[in-house]
Amino acid sequence: MRDVRDVQMLGRTSDGRLVQRPLSGHLSVYLDFDMVMSVGHRITGCALAVGTIVLVWFLVALASGESAYASVSWFLRTPVGYFALFGWTAALWYHFCVGIRHLIWDTGRMYDLPSVHRSRGVILGATAGLTLLTWLIALL
Amino acid sequence: MVETKRFFFDLPKGSRPKPGNTWKAPAGTTNVRDFQIYRWDPDQGGNPRIDTYQVDLDKCGPMVLDALIKIKNEVDPTLTFRRSCREGICGSCAVNINGTNTLSCIKPIDDVKQGPVRVNPLPHMPVVKDLVPDLSLAYAQLRSVEPWLKADTPAPPDSERLQSLEERARLDGLWECILCFCCTTSCPSYWWNGDRYLGPATLLAAYRWISDSRDEATGERLDALKDPFKLYRCHTIFNCTEACPKGLNPAKAIGEIKLQLLEREG
Repeated sequence: MRDVRDVQMLGRTSDGRLVQRPLSGHLSVYLDFDMVMSVGHRITGCALAVGTIVLVWFLVALASGESAYASVSWFLRTPVGYFALFGWTAALWYHFCVGIRHLIWDTGRMYDLPSVHRSRGVILGATAGLTLLTWLIALL
Repeated sequence: MVETKRFFFDLPKGSRPKPGNTWKAPAGTTNVRDFQIYRWDPDQGGNPRIDTYQVDLDKCGPMVLDALIKIKNEVDPTLTFRRSCREGICGSCAVNINGTNTLSCIKPIDDVKQGPVRVNPLPHMPVVKDLVPDLSLAYAQLRSVEPWLKADTPAPPDSERLQSLEERARLDGLWECILCFCCTTSCPSYWWNGDRYLGPATLLAAYRWISDSRDEATGERLDALKDPFKLYRCHTIFNCTEACPKGLNPAKAIGEIKLQLLEREG
């Protein structure tokens, strides 16, 4: 689909010739914590979808028998495996917490900036806390 | 050749700013602040550039707009920007200052922490010249929500359409919008889908009329907004509310429209 905004990218010089207008900077000039939180929600959502493939692999291996399970188990205990699992749990808790805030917003609450700033801290703190708790339970 | 390909994260090649000229402060000035300003002139074409102007703050008003006017008057008359009321009510001088959209007339230079004051046009907009963006699409979108009173019932003879105090209070936080489009152009959703998503300023205006007790087109207005792009591209990012120089809350207004649509479904 053509973007209607393309026509606006054409300007004119003082003597009437057509000229290509530049697009003003966006990500290169804009800086806001809220937009980082929002894109984080999306990135963790994508990461979770990829992580679910590993989860499926784990479940299929679990059902297929000892040797298949051993290979999954070996992979997840490599440093790469641990790193991926840690990232996956952190992404899960972050996505979970932001998701709850989205549910609260959908009821029309917590739209004022002080609430947004406070809940931002709560989300980051809860993500760190819940991830660490998950790993404490898993490793002990 | 017109470069129409849109890049998601990066600007098209011809839109990337290059380092420009430096205009040094006169010798002997002590309280100097650098202003890095986006420049593009259709008559010169080519890539935009970032010019640096050293401004003597001892001989300059307190706001960023004061510095822009001082530069235009005393240093470089070719610098182009919009301004009118210089008191935050006309919405002309909206620009991006060090990462946030705001009105340059009510943004104190001292509020910009350390380093140079970076002034850019409103983000992700076609540039007409220097700090002047083309807002015609945004204005067309505003018109599309018909931001005026629509009522079939004739007004009572010899009097206004009356509202109770409570009905009038529902418009507070909505009617104050000055249409500077700081919020709309701060919104990443509007950057990527601005051709079909209406953007926070327009949706706030739509909600102002949905909330008006005298307006009789509420259902019709909600019907028009019930669209995956026009309204629901809002992902509650909150850049709009953070940016609004009038302290309004477009994110909340959009949330209220979504709620009203939901309530209507029953």
